[in-house]
Amino acid sequence: MEDLKLELKKNIITVLNLEDLKPEDIDDNAPIFGDGLGLDSIDALELIVMFSKEYGIKLTDPKEGKKIFISINTMADYITAHRTV
Amino acid sequence: MMKRVYVTGLSCISAQPTFGAGLDTEWRFQPECNVLETIHPVYKSFLPAAALRRMSKVIRMGVTSANAALADAGVSMPDAIIIGTGMGCGEDSDKFLEAIVANGEEMLTPTAFIQSTHNTVGAQVAVGIGCKGYNLTYVNGAVSFESALLDAQMTIAEGNAHTILTGGIDELTKHSADLFRHSGLIKLGGDYTEVLHSKSGGTVFGEGAAFAVLSDSPGKSPYAEVADVWMTAVLQPQAVAGAVSDFLTANGLTPADIDAVVLGIDGDVQYDGYYSQTATDLFAETPQVYYKHLCGEFNTAQAFGFWAACHMLHTNEIPPVMVINHLPQRELNHILLYNQYNGIDHSLILLKACRNTP
Repeated sequence: MEDLKLELKKNIITVLNLEDLKPEDIDDNAPIFGDGLGLDSIDALELIVMFSKEYGIKLTDPKEGKKIFISINTMADYITAHRTV
Repeated sequence: MMKRVYVTGLSCISAQPTFGAGLDTEWRFQPECNVLETIHPVYKSFLPAAALRRMSKVIRMGVTSANAALADAGVSMPDAIIIGTGMGCGEDSDKFLEAIVANGEEMLTPTAFIQSTHNTVGAQVAVGIGCKGYNLTYVNGAVSFESALLDAQMTIAEGNAHTILTGGIDELTKHSADLFRHSGLIKLGGDYTEVLHSKSGGTVFGEGAAFAVLSDSPGKSPYAEVADVWMTAVLQPQAVAGAVSDFLTANGLTPADIDAVVLGIDGDVQYDGYYSQTATDLFAETPQVYYKHLCGEFNTAQAFGFWAACHMLHTNEIPPVMVINHLPQRELNHILLYNQYNGIDHSLILLKACRNTP
């Protein structure tokens, strides 16, 4: 699980061009939208594409994303349970 | 009555330390490079971090330079934004197209698509300052900047705007540079700074973002007055002198009235004859100036020439690094810029000094 979280943080930094951040700067429990990393709706689309591309998870229901993209922990849990690649 | 059009703000990001500087900057030469490296400001100091991370190189250059020109003019809200770019947002276009190929036309991300359009910089500047005025980007080859400048000049002259932000932007991506090398547009050998004595085809390439604020009011210390802009797609070498003479006659001038002629010589032996013939036919006794050894060639390189010429008129000085023929410098009252690229996209810009205005 720790390896997955590290990989996830690296993917997020790359996909969202968070060039000033390192994986260790991202708290596993901190919110990634709003006050946390300050991500927005365009970033959510990038994350949905990243989920599909990297983990074979297709998210079609926007409400589903709200429950998944809360923190690194919630994303890692979802990936572990649903990944196809 | 047509209004006069003044240049009241300038900014330039290029292969030289021009950002926040004038012509007294420390010029840098890159003799071993066939693609000049750009000197970028620290963008974090000028752009919000949240916006910066989504911006490609040309957007960073364009928005930062545009905002600096507005600040230089003391203008917070122009009536219009009119920009020229030959190649647009190449980096994001490449990224989006590569993703289409790599992912079999699926799973395409939004950011690169949104920012791959040619008018992205104009839109980002407008969004940043909340400008809802006329916003247009000209994509017209090597007269893209001149097209924007002509629109801006006419819009103000006809009384349809008081202040307009205008400029030229272009970036060179790795993919574009590779294509240009293969097609012979970029030189493959030699001393690349020897633009005046080149014996080979192709040019040294560069990129940049030069902006100006045009106004119907001279303000406290205008750089110059934009008197006229003219362009044509096709012109034979032997027809240039006639075209220049006609342009000057239409403005009540003769070649003898031009105190410096700024030529877009880029070291391509196939086409630099346009400049040498014009210089010989009309401006043998006129101080001649060149600049592309400093900024490289690109579709909107003339925006760098415009930036430099405005500073020359403001300071009444031609920097030695730009001098071609070492004639005694006159008082600079009229400067003519002539540019072409690959024998097409010819343009003339006439600038007047307004050191004693108002």
